[in-house]
Amino acid sequence: MAEFRLPPNSRVRKGKHIAARDGAKNTRRFAVYRYDPDQADNPRIDTYDVDMDSCGPMVLDALIKIKNEMDPTLTFRRSCREGICGSCAMNIDGGNTLACTRAVDASSGEVRIYPLPHMPVVKDLVPDLSNFYAQYASIKPWLQASTPPPAEHERLQSKSEQEKIDEPAACILCACCSTSCPSYWWNSDRYLGPAALLAAYRWLVDSRDEARDERLDALDDSFRLYRCHTIMNCTQTCPKGLNPAKAIAATKKMLVERRP
Amino acid sequence: MHRRILVPALSSATGHFIAQRVSAVVLAVLGVWLVCSLIGMDSFEHGSMRAFAATPLNSGLLALLSVSMAYHSYLGVEVVIDDYVHLPRLNSMAQLLSRAAHLVLALVALHATYQLGFGT
Repeated sequence: MAEFRLPPNSRVRKGKHIAARDGAKNTRRFAVYRYDPDQADNPRIDTYDVDMDSCGPMVLDALIKIKNEMDPTLTFRRSCREGICGSCAMNIDGGNTLACTRAVDASSGEVRIYPLPHMPVVKDLVPDLSNFYAQYASIKPWLQASTPPPAEHERLQSKSEQEKIDEPAACILCACCSTSCPSYWWNSDRYLGPAALLAAYRWLVDSRDEARDERLDALDDSFRLYRCHTIMNCTQTCPKGLNPAKAIAATKKMLVERRP
Repeated sequence: MHRRILVPALSSATGHFIAQRVSAVVLAVLGVWLVCSLIGMDSFEHGSMRAFAATPLNSGLLALLSVSMAYHSYLGVEVVIDDYVHLPRLNSMAQLLSRAAHLVLALVALHATYQLGFGT
């Protein structure tokens, strides 16, 4: 059942404030969601005034500076810091994006940072993505072919065949799209979500894959695929500029066209 | 192929998806027809409306509009219930209620259309 009231101990409260070091002239305020499920406390919003003269230009730079110099208890994921790994996906100023590619100057005033919405929180800005990854695995994201590959070379593709998978294969599984989707919020246990469906589409249009019918059979379900109501949040929020909504529409079209 | 599109098997999710689109297209076409017909009428008085609904073509299209509206609404409400009502028993009850309500709605609309055109 959809829950319309907050569970106990989930109301977000005002937390502590940590000022910038004395003498800092160019500061920006960051309001950061803090929560530790192992503690009985409610979530809180801590605010940090960061000296931007000694900080990089991106939100991730500010978070690293906060952790290194102001509050080592702050927890978040990060790795490549250049929009390739998808680790630092979070909700910044109301939109899901990557902290490493989001400039602090893109925000006006206070920068509000929350974890990806509607996901269980492991700690602070770290969401539990177990279900998300299980859904990705469920679409069998690998080449399936019953015929043996050519003896003298790999399974080759033409340039146009390759171009069909260029965009969907560029997904970094940051989960920004799925966690921005209201349909995924209400039904993430049964609806695969835009990221997994984009991955499924990547294999549906791969000229080397021979399990197209089986893949479509698995998707022909009122929840797994058809909970997509074309809200388009996924496409709007994708930090890589991909279009999961278009891929989902193309998948629905494939299902319609293959009917006898 | 044409038969499956016009009368899709609702047992499959894709059939439901097609039924939503087909009924939406039917509604759009009939909606435009109704608006154009009303704009072209000389008066909106009861007698004029009765005369309009008394022709076989108009009464047939009005009946089709009523049925397709109820059917399209039923399909949409069905999805909304599935979206938000997750307890199986409550979901079944809500779906049953929706089905009954839309059936009554369609029958009342058909009856009203008949009465307008051919009633005493």
